[in-house]
Amino acid sequence: MSILNIFRSSKKNTASIAKERLQIIVAHERNQRSGPDYLPILQKELIDVIAKYVKIDRDQVKVELDQQDDCSVLELNIMLPERESNTETA
Amino acid sequence: MAKIIVVTSGKGGVGKTTTSAAFATGLALRGFKTVVIDFDVGLRNLDLIMGCERRVVYDFINLINEESNLKQTLIRDKNIENLYILPASQTRDKDALTTEGVEKVLNKMKEEFDYIVCDSPAGIEKGAHMALYFADSAIVVTNPEVSSVRDSDRILGILSSKSKRAEEGEDRITEHLLITRYAPSRVDRGDMLAIKDIQDILGIPLIGVIPESQAVLKASNAGVPVIRDENSDAGIAYTDMVARFLGEDVPMRFTTAEKRGFFKRLFNKEEVPA
Ligand SMILES: Nc1ncnc2c1ncn2[C@@H]1O[C@H](COP(=O)(O)OP(=O)(O)O)[C@@H](O)[C@H]1O
Ligand SMILES: [Mg+2]
Repeated sequence: MSILNIFRSSKKNTASIAKERLQIIVAHERNQRSGPDYLPILQKELIDVIAKYVKIDRDQVKVELDQQDDCSVLELNIMLPERESNTETA
Repeated sequence: MAKIIVVTSGKGGVGKTTTSAAFATGLALRGFKTVVIDFDVGLRNLDLIMGCERRVVYDFINLINEESNLKQTLIRDKNIENLYILPASQTRDKDALTTEGVEKVLNKMKEEFDYIVCDSPAGIEKGAHMALYFADSAIVVTNPEVSSVRDSDRILGILSSKSKRAEEGEDRITEHLLITRYAPSRVDRGDMLAIKDIQDILGIPLIGVIPESQAVLKASNAGVPVIRDENSDAGIAYTDMVARFLGEDVPMRFTTAEKRGFFKRLFNKEEVPA
């Protein structure tokens, strides 16, 4: 690497940013694809049920199915809003 | 019995039609009876790249609807024996291409040809689906660019779940990665994803790297597939790719930047590719 190159590479090169971003999005999309067909509907219905009891922001709900070898984990992750009433769930 | 190969990508404008034309021509030059089919209903373009646009009489939909037969519909290449083109229909009715219709036509052609090359339209909708559904192998055309790589991964998902082979539980479609419009000097500068980056992400075997090349535009201007420009970088790269497809072990070329002179390096002169 020449001295000039060192100056030029003080900023992170865009190709490696591209690679990192792609690795994340592709892994995410593959995970979604590999889920069972009912997953999107399950996700929607779960969110509907929760929304009946708690005022939630739909973007703050994550329903993900992780499949490893012989076990699957259904992960439900909800960011509850600031506590405003007694509508807490377990 | 012919092998069916789909040239696909998800994203548009990455080089599917350029590749279909070059690849089919290359197979025919190697002595295989080959037909290349334009699946881009409403946006016929393969005829222009193959240089047979003025000889189109009937098209794919006519053939499906039995308004014409194979002999009347297939256009025989003027220069190369064993090479035939099936043009897309210019109808605006995207539903004109049906699974049953496509299957019927492919089955007829399978008896006569060694290879059937399917030039897929862009997208992941009906047309693209139809082009890949009956495939035995797929050439996934990818540019070193984020949206193209992501779309290629989506197409890989479709190949492995929505194709006939996937649905009927047969052997998987054989997948090949073809990187096109590659500019090694930009990779060196850190502006462009490298071959290995793309391979790491997509995880399928590499069948070739086609450099960004001025020869491609010249070839399309002339209506002669770039593989016939035998001295051009892109032409050579496509010839190598055909050889690898046929199982030959050919090293990759045009994957590293040409050595630049000291002064150019010193001032980091932009070399405008293509
Ligand atoms: N290796 C290459 N170098 C330079 N230009 C290219 C190359 N491959 C394709 N192109 C250009 O990119 C454009 C899109 O190519 P095309 O084959 O029509 O893509 P697609 O069928 O995927 O939409 C065309 O203008 C073509 O000339
Ligand atoms: Mg095209």
